[in-house]
Amino acid sequence: MLRLEPRTEASRLMQWCSPLLAATLTLLAGLAIFWLLDKDPLEGLHYFLISPVKDLYGVSELLLKATPLMLCAIGLAVGFRANVWNIGAEGQFMLGAVGASGVALYFAESDSALILPAMLLAGALAGALWAAIPAFLRTRFSANEILVSLMLVYVAQLFVSWLVFGPWRDPMGFGFPQTAMFHDAALLPTLLDGTRLHLGFVFALGALALGYVFMNRSYTGFKMRVAGEAAEAARYAGFSARRVIWIGLLSGGAAAGVAGMAEVAGPMGQLTDKLNFGYGFAAIIVAFVGRLHAFGILLASLLMALLYIGGEQAQQYMNLPSSISMVFQGLLLFFLLGSDVFIHYRLRIGRARA
Amino acid sequence: MDAALFSSILFATVVAGTPLIIVALGLLVSERAGVLNLGAEGMMAMGAVAAFAVTHSTGNPWLGVLAGLTAGMGTALIHGVLCLSLQANQVAAGLAVAIFGVGLSAFVGKPFESVALPAVPPIRIPFIADIPLIGEALYNQQALVYFSWALFWAVLWFLARSRAGLVLRAVGEAPASAHAIGYPVILIRYLAVLFGGAMAGIGGAFLSVFYTPMWMEGMVAGRGWIALALVVFATWRPLRVMVGAYLFGGVMITQLFIQGSGLQIDFPAQFLSSLPYWATIVVLVLISRNPNAIRLNSPASLGKPFRPEQ
Repeated sequence: MLRLEPRTEASRLMQWCSPLLAATLTLLAGLAIFWLLDKDPLEGLHYFLISPVKDLYGVSELLLKATPLMLCAIGLAVGFRANVWNIGAEGQFMLGAVGASGVALYFAESDSALILPAMLLAGALAGALWAAIPAFLRTRFSANEILVSLMLVYVAQLFVSWLVFGPWRDPMGFGFPQTAMFHDAALLPTLLDGTRLHLGFVFALGALALGYVFMNRSYTGFKMRVAGEAAEAARYAGFSARRVIWIGLLSGGAAAGVAGMAEVAGPMGQLTDKLNFGYGFAAIIVAFVGRLHAFGILLASLLMALLYIGGEQAQQYMNLPSSISMVFQGLLLFFLLGSDVFIHYRLRIGRARA
Repeated sequence: MDAALFSSILFATVVAGTPLIIVALGLLVSERAGVLNLGAEGMMAMGAVAAFAVTHSTGNPWLGVLAGLTAGMGTALIHGVLCLSLQANQVAAGLAVAIFGVGLSAFVGKPFESVALPAVPPIRIPFIADIPLIGEALYNQQALVYFSWALFWAVLWFLARSRAGLVLRAVGEAPASAHAIGYPVILIRYLAVLFGGAMAGIGGAFLSVFYTPMWMEGMVAGRGWIALALVVFATWRPLRVMVGAYLFGGVMITQLFIQGSGLQIDFPAQFLSSLPYWATIVVLVLISRNPNAIRLNSPASLGKPFRPEQ
């Protein structure tokens, strides 16, 4: 008989092995799904794991996809560590895109070198502002931040739709719901000729480094962790619970806002109502699979980006809906949460000793 | 306002509130047993797509509802296994269920995106449907509307009057004591979670088979999350769930009526459409402002894992 026996101490080994176990189980489940759908599992594997990264262009597309995931996830991790559940990164991403687009459209005549920094700032501020709503309502009225931040995703989507159907619609755009294309000074430069990989990737790496220093090396980051792992201890030590909530939500909002800015100033080049890529939700998975740690998030975002691109390839070559990548993403998180049981428990065979 | 318009607004409000009632009552039972399931949106989406697919292929909407119920339960079972057997964090597991359910429903629903179902005729209750003004609106409705009322009475009776309901509440308030007396805490929580999933599945089925007889990716449109907010708003009491659900139904319908009325209001449609979401936020703020109301009424062990000592 199999049974779980509590460990005396959390296993550090399993802490890091559990994501690998989860990825392996997702892979096996993927093979089973392809087999059930009457598709060749090896062909599926090829499109999901090998063909996206078979050349330099493929790798650059992978890094491009991973950019918003890294940004959103590292911001969310700051909050998650402190048990601040911001799950509205999707909306904060959209607001960041709106803020950056506003700057680009307002200064459409200018080709000053300051436009991009201004867009970056506007994106981060707009994202942080959107996250400030749940932060304020949580600290002032103790309204649940999960539900408020989530509701604001729908509001953000409708807001973007209003902008691109209404005041910001490109007059030359044949009535399509999109703004004018940004001019060159408002576009992020690409890093490699012939690819779409842009400067936003460097922002993402910077954010990971910043997140690492903040969470693992700073006193405020330490306070946030204490607040998350032992709320009573944090209160006893006199750490302000309100500050923890504000920092947790604002850093998530600002990072997601930067991701939104990088998306409109990068691969999109304009604001459209098709902003709902789900990066903000996928980033929740990235943050968990990456163990709320900067280095883990780097690896997890690459894995999730691979799943995104694999989904697109499966649609193109295997005649499967691209939403299959969402299925795999959900499975990945299920398996991770399931594998995490081994951090605190070990598997024993046989009956418990009396 | 003339009588016909009043009647049609009332009718539409009841219809819009119905899925919220069914889903929120299911979540309420699950939360009273101490299990928070944030996956409502995913369970509803799975229920909606399963119900649509089965109704489409069999032509029988009731088999569809059954399929929706089963799909909702199946999705909830994942949450149960993760949280109850594997001690996972309930917030994280619920988010996973939400993401997975929405994704899987989009995936399996792809072939059904362009088909429509025939509308299911409402059931007219003789005599009382003839009451002027409200009769047509309340008693010439879809069967699931009547079901939502029956469910309300059943949940009310179950929680307040039945022995099983008492045990369920004990499990939610003090799992360690319930375990010590000898109640199977984990099993009871499993049943509560499955009930929540089943109701979310029926709620989803109502959307795709009765409300708008079609399937579209993302058609649940946040109703699962609104239902979760409703349970907090209702401070875990069934009667307030009913009231809250119809209030929300009213907000959703009023904005639709304003949009459809052709009134020349200089107000963008998108802002009107965002009203239900703002309303959810406002309601959460109003109710949470008084922390005692939440603290006194929320099940004491809500969201906390429990592992019986061997």
